[in-house]
Amino acid sequence: MAQDEKRLIEEVTQSEYKYGFVTDIETETAPKGLNEDTVRYISTQKNEPEWLLEHRLKAFRKWKEMEQPNWAHLKIAEIDFQDIIYYAAPKKKKELASLDEVDPELIDTFNKLGISLEEQKRLSNVAVDAVIDSVSVKTTFTDTLAKHGILFCSFSDAVKNYPDLVKKYLGMAVSPSDNFFAALNTAVFSDGSFCYIPKGVRSPMELSTYFRINAANTGQFERTLIIAEEGSYVSYMEGCTAPQRDENQLHAAIVEIIAMKDAEVKYSTVQNWYPGNKEGKGGIYNFVTKRGICKGDHSKISWTQVETGSAITWKYPSCILSGDNSVGEFYSVAVTNNYQQADTGSKMIHLGKNTKSTIISKGISAGHSNNSYRGLVKMTKRATNSRNYSQCDSLLLGDQCGAHTFPYIEGANKSSIIEHEATTSKISEDQLFYCQQRGISQESAVGLIVNGYAKEVLNKLPMEFAVEAQKLLSISLEGSVG
Amino acid sequence: MLLQIKNLHVSINGKEILRGINLEVNKGEVHAIMGPNGTGKSTLANVIAGKEGYEITQGEILYNGKDIQKMPPEVRAQEGIFLGFQYPVEIPGVSMTNFMRTSLNEIRKYHGQEPIPAKEFLARMAEKKELVEITAKLTNRSVNEGFSGGEKKKNEIYQMAMLEPQLAILDETDSGLDIDALRIVANGVNKLKTSENATVVITHYQRLLDYIVPDFVHVLFEGKVVLSGGKELALELEEKGYDWIKKETEKR
Ligand SMILES: Nc1ncnc2c1ncn2[C@@H]1O[C@H](COP(=O)(O)OP(=O)(O)OP(=O)(O)O)[C@@H](O)[C@H]1O
Ligand SMILES: [Mg+2]
Repeated sequence: MAQDEKRLIEEVTQSEYKYGFVTDIETETAPKGLNEDTVRYISTQKNEPEWLLEHRLKAFRKWKEMEQPNWAHLKIAEIDFQDIIYYAAPKKKKELASLDEVDPELIDTFNKLGISLEEQKRLSNVAVDAVIDSVSVKTTFTDTLAKHGILFCSFSDAVKNYPDLVKKYLGMAVSPSDNFFAALNTAVFSDGSFCYIPKGVRSPMELSTYFRINAANTGQFERTLIIAEEGSYVSYMEGCTAPQRDENQLHAAIVEIIAMKDAEVKYSTVQNWYPGNKEGKGGIYNFVTKRGICKGDHSKISWTQVETGSAITWKYPSCILSGDNSVGEFYSVAVTNNYQQADTGSKMIHLGKNTKSTIISKGISAGHSNNSYRGLVKMTKRATNSRNYSQCDSLLLGDQCGAHTFPYIEGANKSSIIEHEATTSKISEDQLFYCQQRGISQESAVGLIVNGYAKEVLNKLPMEFAVEAQKLLSISLEGSVG
Repeated sequence: MLLQIKNLHVSINGKEILRGINLEVNKGEVHAIMGPNGTGKSTLANVIAGKEGYEITQGEILYNGKDIQKMPPEVRAQEGIFLGFQYPVEIPGVSMTNFMRTSLNEIRKYHGQEPIPAKEFLARMAEKKELVEITAKLTNRSVNEGFSGGEKKKNEIYQMAMLEPQLAILDETDSGLDIDALRIVANGVNKLKTSENATVVITHYQRLLDYIVPDFVHVLFEGKVVLSGGKELALELEEKGYDWIKKETEKR
């Protein structure tokens, strides 16, 4: 163990991938492979009601008929879906009543991640739901939130305690057969977070989920559902890490947001799954479906994402602007280095009148990586006087990497305006030299310049996240110049 | 001796630009370098600061007695060499405050010092801003982004004031400045002058030297220092023009 500790400290202090440690937690896993029995096993493990099992099975049957999509600008090694463990839970010793009873190893993991629950509880105003592998471990601050009528808990608890809400909204934004990975998630999702903000309530704190894949050969399929009732507001943050492993690991999550009349939801992600090593070995395959429905008039959903991790990122947080005067926003920084690949962007579907959407995407590629923006802006016939503004900027470091933009535009009415701007640039030698002449090393200079480049997006992040995101940007580009 | 350049030959893409420069700068001195466009003044400044893309084919650059040829540019800066750029570069999204703090802290780290406490840093900013009469509006903005020509030049002196270098090379910091700005910049330079540091100003205008009085004036012509003298040389040069230099060199 002492040896392990030493290696661990080395890993943590070297900045290559700081979260690459494995925690020795006993886990209870499902047998490898995927069939109806796997789905039933998961459902049984979680004591789920019959309707949810049916929902899963239906999705599973759909999934079997579907094919993995290949339209993205990604080279993906074939995934053997039978070689994955679909459920891994830290072995429970008994029901946990307080934080003191959580497995000390687990607490340790959180400490290494810099999200000590204790600390969080004392120092900050952030409520955290931590999902390790497949099971949601502990939700802090539940009581404080309960006073405001806010429900914030693990998805499993929500199924137990608020089955009507879950049944009503699950699959509303992302239907079970929406796409290959969404169907897969719906069949085997294990846990995640649930959040309900009642009418007229502004959440007094940021809500946060931390995801971590720990066990080997496991996929993580979490499910997040956020419901914001009329006139409510919530800011929600999601962070993720995974240990360093040679084999690829699958992550296929779904996030659904429903915003009623006058409600606003801000969803921020800092995605830092293990990206693989310098030669492109290992790393997380990140296939995520995130979608929000601005259901009510004057509702607003904002997605902000900082994507630095994963070997492959396939992710298009979207808004369906169904209510009149509703607003959708997407702010993204995606960094790829070494052999990472990202195909990410957004979909803004304008259904209501006077709806507005903004897309700001900053792609930064280095090494041999490939970084694509893919976005769809659709104005339907009914969406009169609507507007979209999209800006897609790419920054290239070095000449081995690629940046691509695939904007799709569908306009079905004349009164709406769609604007699209795109730029590609490089960090200039002169900028680097200017920084160096002020005593700043080339590596720090790249970090500084890239952070400046991404500032418009970083500014949208909650304070707690912005600092971490800034550091991440610099770290993930280390070794990319010189 | 702070800076000693011996028989320096520099080429760009195989073309020789500097053709045997000799220059000695001691602590407490102010030197002026003049010379027509394209004779290699900026090249010399860049080579001292360690910019890439120049090939030193002959000669030496000694700083505090050490050969700095192999030293990366950031280390030269950390060792106290400052270059005021002829064309300052814009860095979008990076605030001047963040830039200066990063710069100062990296230099401090090199000297084994802790990062500067926030309070001390802010006090220093306030003090130096006053010195060069630069407004808070500028330092709150991104590095040089959208600055006017004159503002960029003032900003260079502000950075010099913040970093207090041992050797400052100011490459045409006076070009593009109005009369007031010129006085402010020159004042800044004079106030920062100590017996421990030195300044090399590259300029086209005798006018600057009314404010910053040089101990030595050098005339650079076709990659060589062809004339050196006291501050009178600048006046003589202004009077007679570069044709005079041309004839003088041809005579030899
Ligand atoms: N990167 C480069 N590639 C090719 N030639 C260059 C390069 N940089 C400088 N030169 C040439 O070297 C010569 C010296 O340039 P330098 O900028 O040092 O002149 P200067 O004395 O500073 O001129 P000015 O007074 O106009 O600023 C010029 O002929 C210039 O064209
Ligand atoms: Mg010049």
